[in-house]
Amino acid sequence: MAVDPIEQFNIVNLFPVAKLGNHAIAFTNSAAFMAFAALSITAFLLLSTSNRSLVPGRLQSIAELSYEFVANTINSTAGKEGMKFFPFVFTLFTFILVANLVGLIPYTFTITSHLIVTATLALSVFLTVLVYGFWKNGLHFFNLFVPKGIPIYILPLIVFIEVLSFLSRPISHSVRLFANMLAGHITLKVFASFITLLGGLGIFGIFGATLPLALVVALTALELLVAFLQAYVFAILTCIYLNDAIHPGH
Amino acid sequence: MADDPRDQDPRGDRPDEEAALSARLQRLGERLNQQASRPSETGSAPRQSADPSAIARGFRLSAELVAGVAVGALLGWLLDRWLGISPWGMIVFLLLGFAAGVLNVIRAAGVAPDSWKK
Repeated sequence: MAVDPIEQFNIVNLFPVAKLGNHAIAFTNSAAFMAFAALSITAFLLLSTSNRSLVPGRLQSIAELSYEFVANTINSTAGKEGMKFFPFVFTLFTFILVANLVGLIPYTFTITSHLIVTATLALSVFLTVLVYGFWKNGLHFFNLFVPKGIPIYILPLIVFIEVLSFLSRPISHSVRLFANMLAGHITLKVFASFITLLGGLGIFGIFGATLPLALVVALTALELLVAFLQAYVFAILTCIYLNDAIHPGH
Repeated sequence: MADDPRDQDPRGDRPDEEAALSARLQRLGERLNQQASRPSETGSAPRQSADPSAIARGFRLSAELVAGVAVGALLGWLLDRWLGISPWGMIVFLLLGFAAGVLNVIRAAGVAPDSWKK
C-alpha cells in the first residue's frame, strides 16, 4: 500500500532516437515534457498575439503582462542595457514556470526536479555571463574579482575568495530550484500516501485521514506559490549575474 | 491633432476645447512615462535581495553557503590530485570556500554592498 515517494522522478525511455558509440540516446518522458513546455509556450504566445488589438483581450493581456513583468525585472536589476538579454531571460522564466506548473498536475513529470536540467540552465547563464563579460569588457572583466580600496597585503586572499564565490554561483543557482521542486513533490507524495494508508483502517482511519487531506490541499497551494516563486527567483538571479557581465567595475 | 478626422465633425468648431483636451492628453502621457521610467532610473543600482518570501530567502541563503563550501572542497580536491600536495590544497581551499560561502550569504542577504567600492 505504501507508495514510493521517489518513483515519480523515474526517467522512462519512450523510444530510441540515436546511438552514440555504446550509448543509446532515447526520447524520455523528461524530454517529452520539455518539448511540451516549449511547444505550449510557443503556441500560447503565437495564439495570444495573433490578433493584436489596442484593447487587449484575455489571452493578449496575459502575454502582455508576462512581457511587462520580465521587462520590469530586467530593468530594475540590470538596467536598460540588460534588455538585450530579454529573449534569454524571458525564455528561461517561462520555460521554468510552465515546467513547474505542469509538474503540479497529478501523474505528470516535473523536469525541474532533476538536478541535471537545472544545472544545464544555470550553466547556460554562467557561460553567457563569462562569454559576454569577456567579449564586452575584455580583461576589465577581471575587475569583478578585484574590489577597490582593499589594502594590498590582503588583496590576493580577497581575490581568491571572490573567484570562489563567482564559481559557486551556478551551483547555488541550480540547486535552489532543484531542491525546492524535489522537496515539495516528495512532501506532497508522502502526505498523500498517508491519506490512503489511514483510509484503509476503518471508520476512525477515515476521520484521521481528513487531517493529511487538509494538509495536502494546503501544500498544493503552497507548491503553486513555490512554482511561480522559483521561476521568478531564477530569472531575477539571472539578471543580477548578467548585470555583473554588463557592468563589472561597479 | 490638426489633421485628425475628428476635426471635421460638428464639434470641430470649438478649438479651445480641443486644445484643452490635447493638453490633458499630453500631461497624461508625461505622467505615464514618469511611472514607466521610474524603475529604470534606479536600474544602475541593482536590487540586492531577490526573494520576496521568507521561505525562499531561507532556501537561498543556505544554498549560497553550501555552494561556496562545495566549490572550495572540489577545487582543493582537484589541486591535491593534480599537484600531489594532499592534504594542503583541501585544507586551504575548504577554508577559502567557507569564506566565499559566507561572503555569498552576506551579499544575498543584502547586508554588504556588491563590492567594496568606497
